[in-house]
Amino acid sequence: MLGPQSSLVMYDEEYQRILQLLEKLLREANSKVIFLVDKNGQLIAATGETENLDTTSLASLTAGNIAATGGLAKLIGEKEFSILFHEGEKDNIHISIIGGRVILVVIFDQRSSLGLVRLRVKKASNELAVVFEDLVNKTEQEASSSSASSPFAEITDDDIDNLFN
Amino acid sequence: MSFINYASREINCKIVYYGPGLCGKTTNLQFIYNKTAEEAKGKMISLATETERTLFFDFLPLALGEIRGFKTRFHLYTVPGQVFYDASRKLILKGVDGVVFVADSQEERFDANIESLENLKDNLEEQGFDLEKLPFVIQYNKRDLPNVSSVEELSNLLNPRKVPELEGCAMTGEGVFETLKAVAKLVLNNLKKGG
Repeated sequence: MLGPQSSLVMYDEEYQRILQLLEKLLREANSKVIFLVDKNGQLIAATGETENLDTTSLASLTAGNIAATGGLAKLIGEKEFSILFHEGEKDNIHISIIGGRVILVVIFDQRSSLGLVRLRVKKASNELAVVFEDLVNKTEQEASSSSASSPFAEITDDDIDNLFN
Repeated sequence: MSFINYASREINCKIVYYGPGLCGKTTNLQFIYNKTAEEAKGKMISLATETERTLFFDFLPLALGEIRGFKTRFHLYTVPGQVFYDASRKLILKGVDGVVFVADSQEERFDANIESLENLKDNLEEQGFDLEKLPFVIQYNKRDLPNVSSVEELSNLLNPRKVPELEGCAMTGEGVFETLKAVAKLVLNNLKKGG
């Protein structure tokens, strides 16, 4: 499981595996949009009808939502609430936590149902958890093999100054 | 903690603006939002009360440009400053990469600054962070007001570690970008060290 303090690193191979799983879930759950968010509010991947969606804001608010509900859970002696569901007039949002750190968000309308989404999400969660497990192992291996391979090892003060010019 | 995405070649970092109620955290973000080019910013989100006091957080995503082929994105957050919002405040610190403490320079807010800084340390500890080891800068805000404590006095009290400190007036924007730059620099240098 990903620890709360470890930096999240995403590689191309795992990203493609994640995207494939999300696309499969999108089809099987008859949903509109699916995205994955880090608990800190960083968007990891998104698929579906995302053109007119502000996914960055959605990611940040989802993480805030999960954080606030997590706080509520602790107050009543629960570890966390692993599933949240918001029902709207047309669209609904199903939010669940995977592997303790990643948040899976499924947006769906009347073409699907809560039961179907829950069922498909459960299966996809297990598969996604495996990918994130692999990702953690890979990150640890990379970190221990050589720190010089980090693309940021050689950034200079000038590089940083240039960002603000 | 930062998110390094090799697939999309992006680095994402989270910076939190902390400080006592009405010290100018949201004003800092609003100034940055107003002065940043359209293509470099996302929507600013403010979860505030009807009287425009921050209830949960403000959020502003910024894209600063590229370093070594990686797009650098900073997510700026503010916390609610009012004392009784502590439960929400600590949640915002999750996964933080750098902290800006916005101090209110007015004499009557002297104690509020100390209380807020102590609260920051406690809440960071609860999330497993040590303020001493985190990229951290202090902004002495509201320098334009008449009843302010001297910077020396504030610095002695709030900044024993002598982290980068800046004078500011968030309403007019003085010191706002300098503060952001100072913290961004520390965060990126931290990444360089593999932190």
